[in-house]
Amino acid sequence: MSIAVAVDDEVRYEARPSASEAGPAPKRIVVGFGFWVFLLSDIVMFAAIFAAYAALAHATAGGPSGGQLFNQRSVAIETGCLLASSYTCGLMSLAIGSRRFAATYLAALVTFVLGACFLVLELREFAGMIAIGAGPQRSAFLSAFFTLVGCHGLHVTAGLVWLVVMMAQVAIKGFRAAVERRLLCFSLFWHALDIVWVWLFTVVYLMGVLS
Amino acid sequence: MTDTQYDRAPGDASALPDVEQGTSSGVLVYTIGLALAVVLTAMSFWVANTSLLWAGGVSLGLTVLAIAQMGVHLVFFLHVTTGPDNTNNVMALAFGVLIVVLVVVGSLLIMADLNDNMMPAAELMNLQMQH
Repeated sequence: MSIAVAVDDEVRYEARPSASEAGPAPKRIVVGFGFWVFLLSDIVMFAAIFAAYAALAHATAGGPSGGQLFNQRSVAIETGCLLASSYTCGLMSLAIGSRRFAATYLAALVTFVLGACFLVLELREFAGMIAIGAGPQRSAFLSAFFTLVGCHGLHVTAGLVWLVVMMAQVAIKGFRAAVERRLLCFSLFWHALDIVWVWLFTVVYLMGVLS
Repeated sequence: MTDTQYDRAPGDASALPDVEQGTSSGVLVYTIGLALAVVLTAMSFWVANTSLLWAGGVSLGLTVLAIAQMGVHLVFFLHVTTGPDNTNNVMALAFGVLIVVLVVVGSLLIMADLNDNMMPAAELMNLQMQH
């Protein structure tokens, strides 16, 4: 920087402007960061539900406990589905980056199918629990369980609808900037849901089977 | 002089347009992430079911594995780095983690404390056990 004093004007002209001098950031960065903040607030909401679940985890009111209800094999398959769909979602981002339509549709299809498998397994688990009288009204533990896992399931459902809408937009509008920004937000959303699920299967299912 | 004029959007692998990021290297990043996540998930299920480990430490082990897997997801899937173009994303993430820890740890401490102090005959008077 000592050289900059000598030929100040020239250096300042050649040097890249800092972010504040360069004017507003590109819209992709603004949109991505805004969605990132939304996701963090969504995770804070999940944290509140997690805290409620952890406080109520032993309040079974004489009803069935987690160890009696949870089927670890089904949870393992659900985890595998969600993890694989997160991976194919990443491959979809790469296909979008290199603007390959066929690869994008294929990755989106696999992502959708894996997400749908996860949802079907989860709904079957819920239906099985309600069928044996372990519905959300049975105990505080089950109310908290259905709130927490159901909230994540609702997020996955919303993600699947969003994915279908995005593929329709890619088909009709092509890879224009606005569509690419929405696809970036979708992939952030999908990866964040997987992070929530990591905590969910650890805290609810695995720790629930321990006690 | 670094080439970073702007921050990087979260989830974007590269902000440098002149650095040609091949798709194969991108696939490699995601595949490494998937492999690590699969290993950590398998370890979680193993730790929860094995009788080889001291039972008291299993919860702690599961928590550590979950934190590790969260890190894998953040680095390999969400492309969060320590680079200067990622500072804003990391700061927002750090704030989010702070709030999450405050909410969860604070709630659990307060509820455990209430249970200890306000329910002298825990078996009879535990309100959580009533319908």
